[in-house]
Amino acid sequence: MANYDFAVVGGGLVGSAIAYGLCGEGHRVVVMDEGDVAYRASRGNFGLVWIQSKGLGMPNYSDWSQSSSRLWLELAPELKELTGIDVQHQRSGGVHICHTEREWLQRRETMDRLSRETEGRFHFEMLDHRALASLVPAIGGDVFGASWTPMDGHANPLYLLRALHAGIHQRDGEYRRGGPVRRIARDGGAFRLERDGESVHCQRVVLAAGLGNRGLAEQVGLEAPLLPNRGEVMITERVAPLLDIPTTYLRQTGEGSLQIGDSHEDVGMNDGTRTEVLADIAQRALRAFPRLRDVRIVRSWGALRVMTPDGCPIYQASVTHPGAYLACCHSGVTLAAAHAKRLAPWIGGGEYPEEIVPLTAERFHVRVSETA
Amino acid sequence: MFAYLKRPEEGRTVTIEYEGRKLIARAGDTVAAALLASGIDRFRSTPVSQSPRGPWCMMGACFDCLLEIDGVPNRQGCQVTVVEGMTVRSQQGARRVSP
Ligand SMILES: Cc1cc2nc3c(=O)[nH]c(=O)nc-3n(C[C@H](O)[C@H](O)[C@H](O)COP(=O)(O)OP(=O)(O)OC[C@H]3O[C@@H](n4cnc5c(N)ncnc54)[C@H](O)[C@@H]3O)c2cc1C
Ligand code: FES
Repeated sequence: MANYDFAVVGGGLVGSAIAYGLCGEGHRVVVMDEGDVAYRASRGNFGLVWIQSKGLGMPNYSDWSQSSSRLWLELAPELKELTGIDVQHQRSGGVHICHTEREWLQRRETMDRLSRETEGRFHFEMLDHRALASLVPAIGGDVFGASWTPMDGHANPLYLLRALHAGIHQRDGEYRRGGPVRRIARDGGAFRLERDGESVHCQRVVLAAGLGNRGLAEQVGLEAPLLPNRGEVMITERVAPLLDIPTTYLRQTGEGSLQIGDSHEDVGMNDGTRTEVLADIAQRALRAFPRLRDVRIVRSWGALRVMTPDGCPIYQASVTHPGAYLACCHSGVTLAAAHAKRLAPWIGGGEYPEEIVPLTAERFHVRVSETA
Repeated sequence: MFAYLKRPEEGRTVTIEYEGRKLIARAGDTVAAALLASGIDRFRSTPVSQSPRGPWCMMGACFDCLLEIDGVPNRQGCQVTVVEGMTVRSQQGARRVSP
């Protein structure tokens, strides 16, 4: 039976970024991933490295995301150097489009609140139509304005996943695909992971199985109160450069495709698509960019977000099972750099990033006030 | 060079135009099949590096057979049936979005 310092359960963006970081520190790591039958947000997402909507009511989450946006500037060239894969990262700034004055005023209020809650560490600007049109010349004449931050950007999420897997390999980590890990048992001070036809022995274990963390977390004294939330997205034919910066629901990839998103649907474990939903998404994109009227859609799909009750990540070390960790989040692209460069070193025995101290699952417990 | 296993029968052909040149195609064939049978295997150049491409899967999956057909850019040649008088052009790089 093989013996590893770390077994990471789940080889999506979260598990892969953590495993990549752990291998980089010299640990012996195995990633235990499930195959194509699993629900895998990492293969169906929108590719934004996005800051401007994160952390309302949880300023630490804004700080954590901002840290990742900065660390992306190291991660992308490092992956290129190590694996030869260009993940097409651009920290170009990004806009959230506001179609009407009312939307714009509401957005300004939200952004102001985030700026106050972070004591000014979150910077943004509200753009009127003219300012927006100078950044995004293709914008439609009816759009009122937008919010903008310089920290936003995007990357190709599939190249990112491939580069992380290649990086793990380069750094002598192992990636093993198979059935789902079903059982995690204590084995002295270490752990034994079991799945059909395979059993792995490891000193420490990181649960990063997306929605699959449900059913695993409680085996090591942790909680993963996650729900699926479906997003549907569309891809157009490749077109000549049209957009220099990403927007919340439309971005242009390095190859010229436009990616159009997305919906938020509560439909259980169903990653299909519905024509009505796709039509709404297309209509909204057309209102913002009327020039797209004869551009053709070539693909569409649905994927399930890994949602916590408040939308913020959960990172936690088990108290009852020392050496077991849990990581779940809804923004695995955005946070990939923080996961590789700050979360992994903590799990490896280093400093606890102060931003994530409040991000344990305890925050979901009902608190009874003392005076009640 | 591709060749028909069975020659197109007289009277069951259509004439299309490719880059200004008249081609005789077998009725019912896809545009991609018709061009290949006429010895044309470079259909397009890629949007990023302008490298030459031609049909690969012939079943709608790879998008390497893109052509401009009757004025509409980026159409999959392997998914469109030839029609009398059809005008076909090579797809050079990415299409532009009209202003
Ligand atoms: C439509 C949509 C748009 C999104 N847009 C963005 C965006 O623009 N920017 C952004 O930052 N984030 C975005 N996200 C979120 C992002 O995709 C996720 O946060 C991220 O992919 C989560 O990664 P993960 O590794 O936790 O989960 P997953 O990608 O779901 O991966 C989990 C992995 O665990 C494996 N697994 C599951 N159970 C087991 C088991 N029992 N044993 C072994 N392996 C197991 C699965 O095979 C899978 O590979 C979007 C998500 C969706 C759905
Ligand atoms: S040849 Fe592959 S899509 Fe036409």
